[in-house]
Amino acid sequence: MKFAILINEGPFTHQASDSAYRFTVAALARGYEIYRVFFYNDGVYNSNRFSEPQTDDRNLVSLWAKLGKEHDIDLVVCVAAGLRRGIKDEVLEDGFRISGLGQLVEAGIQADRLVVFGD
Amino acid sequence: MLHLINKSPFERNALDSCLRMARPGSAILLIEDGVYAALAKAAHAEKIISRMDDFSFYVLGHDVAARGLNDAPLIEGIDVVDYEGFVDLVAEHDVTQSWL
Amino acid sequence: MSEMNEFDENGPEVIKRFMYVNRKAPYGTIYALECLEVVLVAAAFDQDVSVVFLDDGVCQLKKNQDTTGIGMKNFSKTYGALDDYDVEKIYVEKESLAARGLTEDDLVIPVEVLAADDLREVMAQQDVIISS
Repeated sequence: MKFAILINEGPFTHQASDSAYRFTVAALARGYEIYRVFFYNDGVYNSNRFSEPQTDDRNLVSLWAKLGKEHDIDLVVCVAAGLRRGIKDEVLEDGFRISGLGQLVEAGIQADRLVVFGD
Repeated sequence: MLHLINKSPFERNALDSCLRMARPGSAILLIEDGVYAALAKAAHAEKIISRMDDFSFYVLGHDVAARGLNDAPLIEGIDVVDYEGFVDLVAEHDVTQSWL
Repeated sequence: MSEMNEFDENGPEVIKRFMYVNRKAPYGTIYALECLEVVLVAAAFDQDVSVVFLDDGVCQLKKNQDTTGIGMKNFSKTYGALDDYDVEKIYVEKESLAARGLTEDDLVIPVEVLAADDLREVMAQQDVIISS
């Protein structure tokens, strides 16, 4: 079974990305495939490599990038939502890619489940 | 269908809307600030207690613990799950709806 | 056997029922605008698309929005483009409208107003539900 994840909030104002991350790790542990994680709304901030949380805080940007690399997960940042918020290739953490909203719809078509995390 | 509630019933109407719109037989999982709806002694407890026959209720234990509520009684009949239990619920139901 | 021949050699195309759920008012947060942007893109895919407005989401469709005083883009006219994009299943919950003192005549586009009991059944038939 293939899961797709939609994250609508950034790493700091809301718990959404944390919940999505824990969910994704658990889904992988259960043996499910993560077809794609799509970052929309303020969720695009999860890909900003210049983000510097305090040292005793978790760093979701690196956690997502690491998880993506280890499990070959497609981490897609919405281009339209990203441009508005200054998220473009120059600030993008390795492992993420920028693409269109069609990637969200396509994930909904291809995956067996879509789970939305937001506000 | 699995419904996800991530907002406190004291702040938002997500739980009310879900209870109004969900088809009986659905599962409802409380996560993040949604876990405040699971407290047995809280003002909103009756909302869930009165619908126990219609829905299966679950709460994410990690979110309960994070908020210091492990010592607070939860509504009887709500099942506590971990993240893997959350994944299982998503897998068991054809569609998941988040009440954002 | 004859039914099989209706599909080409690649097999039947997957058509899923996508529902976009709006429960938030416009301008106070960006969700209404960015959800509309998703729907306009989604319309280009050969899928079954429906859009639902309930709770404060019904306020997105209120006529006579004038944002000149707040400096934000008035995107309420863009809902009219949904029809051009062949998004025809637009549902508004009756109870949410009534609770806000609104009627169908207050809305910028023609919609199907459904009571919660009927909307519940429409929602239960979806394959993918995207909320914002």
